[in-house]
Amino acid sequence: MLIRRPDDIKSSEITPESVYLNRRAFVGTAGALALGSVLTPDALRALSATGQSQDDKLTSEEDATSYNNYYEFGTSKDDPKEQSKDFQPMPWTVNVDGLVKTPRPFSFDELVGKLPVQDRTYRHRCVEAWSMVIPWQGVMLKDIIARCEPLPGAKFLEMTTLYDPKRMPGQKRAALPWPYKEALRLDEAMNPLTLFATGMYGKPLPNQNGAPLRLVVPWKYGFKGVKAIVKLRFTDKMPNTTWNDAVPSEYGFFANVNPSVDHPRWSQAKERRIGQFLKINTLPFNGYAAQVASMYTGMDLRRYY
Amino acid sequence: MTTASFLTRAEPLVRRGIRPALWLLVLLPAVVLIAQLLLDQLGAEPIEKLEKGSGEWALRLLAASLAVTPLMRLTGWGWLVAQRKFLGLAAFFWAFAHLSVYIVLDWFFDWNEIIKDILEHLYITVGMLAFVLMIPLALTSTKGAIRKIGGVRWNQLHRLVYVSAIAACVHFWWGVKKDVEEPIIYGAIVASLLAFRLFWKRGPATPR
Repeated sequence: MLIRRPDDIKSSEITPESVYLNRRAFVGTAGALALGSVLTPDALRALSATGQSQDDKLTSEEDATSYNNYYEFGTSKDDPKEQSKDFQPMPWTVNVDGLVKTPRPFSFDELVGKLPVQDRTYRHRCVEAWSMVIPWQGVMLKDIIARCEPLPGAKFLEMTTLYDPKRMPGQKRAALPWPYKEALRLDEAMNPLTLFATGMYGKPLPNQNGAPLRLVVPWKYGFKGVKAIVKLRFTDKMPNTTWNDAVPSEYGFFANVNPSVDHPRWSQAKERRIGQFLKINTLPFNGYAAQVASMYTGMDLRRYY
Repeated sequence: MTTASFLTRAEPLVRRGIRPALWLLVLLPAVVLIAQLLLDQLGAEPIEKLEKGSGEWALRLLAASLAVTPLMRLTGWGWLVAQRKFLGLAAFFWAFAHLSVYIVLDWFFDWNEIIKDILEHLYITVGMLAFVLMIPLALTSTKGAIRKIGGVRWNQLHRLVYVSAIAACVHFWWGVKKDVEEPIIYGAIVASLLAFRLFWKRGPATPR
């Protein structure tokens, strides 16, 4: 029997080339990378099962910043780049509310500043069956949660996007029920993979990608990654989420990437990696099963899609 | 100037100019899309743009072909019937291009997935229906075919275009994720063109 270990994967496949070529810098970031972006044994098993190698080459920065689903800035993929170009994210305030020791507004720096910056290259799988590989910079959500001091009763974290139709012209139309809300179970939010991104490709987060602060949960479909976050609410009840409210039969609360549970209208078994021609197989939990699958043990993933 | 005298004056001009204008309408979007593709102007997901573009042009031309009969009734310009055939065939070729993009570029002949997609996903099923219904219409578009089938039966057969147009609108509607603004606009146009026919049947009969 061939037993593959995670270190069978070349680091060049998961690490930005610049980092990978610069060994000294690589040693510095290796810890962070080991936490998040190494292909997992489960992913390897899935790969060998399908006989298809997944070439996790970085998506070009141009593609990742010009092909966006961000209805607050228009419903076409090329709208957000154009319609967000005058958006000024700073100064930014995040309201921390609900089951916390002291509900209060945090300035961006108070919430994010001085936390260790993470470099994470993650696969990003959209529910529409396309995907990218994006080098994010950000902070672990669990570090932010610690700063919010949630009470023991908190079970879920709800995150809300800015609602300001003057600054977000897409909100003048009711394309979705505004403001956009997403939520995670607290254990999902505390998972070391879960990131609040503040940058990508080594630059501050572009407006069209959710500046100044967005959620990145790489094992879930992209719509969970709520952008331009202005509110964090800790609660003991499962919160409503925007896409689940809008079309409950098609978009669930969990939205874990799952090739064996199709969207009612299209297959989730394969995906087109942006920049590549042939579709590739989608991996369970987007290839992060080893880090996250244990959170869903015993759960019927067909029912809780 | 009365409407009638305006129509009389405009008729020769329109009759002369319409065919080049329609050729331009049918071919220009193809030239633009191909040029954009070659110049890498279709963004991060060119296949999606080609798929959507070809589908939308098929639907636009289908709606345009449905607009000819009402226009004939309103203007009394019987020669427009030739433009109806031209637009119908053009819609068929754009629909064929749309299907080709889906089979060749989107799925690259992955027949297993394609057949599964057609059978399991209703919006694809309906889109295939819209296309398949156009095949007999395209095949019987020649003068010879009309003579062979007979005018009455040919007319009956070609009412399939109504079903095809409705199926095409439903295909578009069910295919979008959430923002149904565009499908609603197309649906409304096709619905009013079909409603015109229902209304007209009850109205005064005019010579074909």
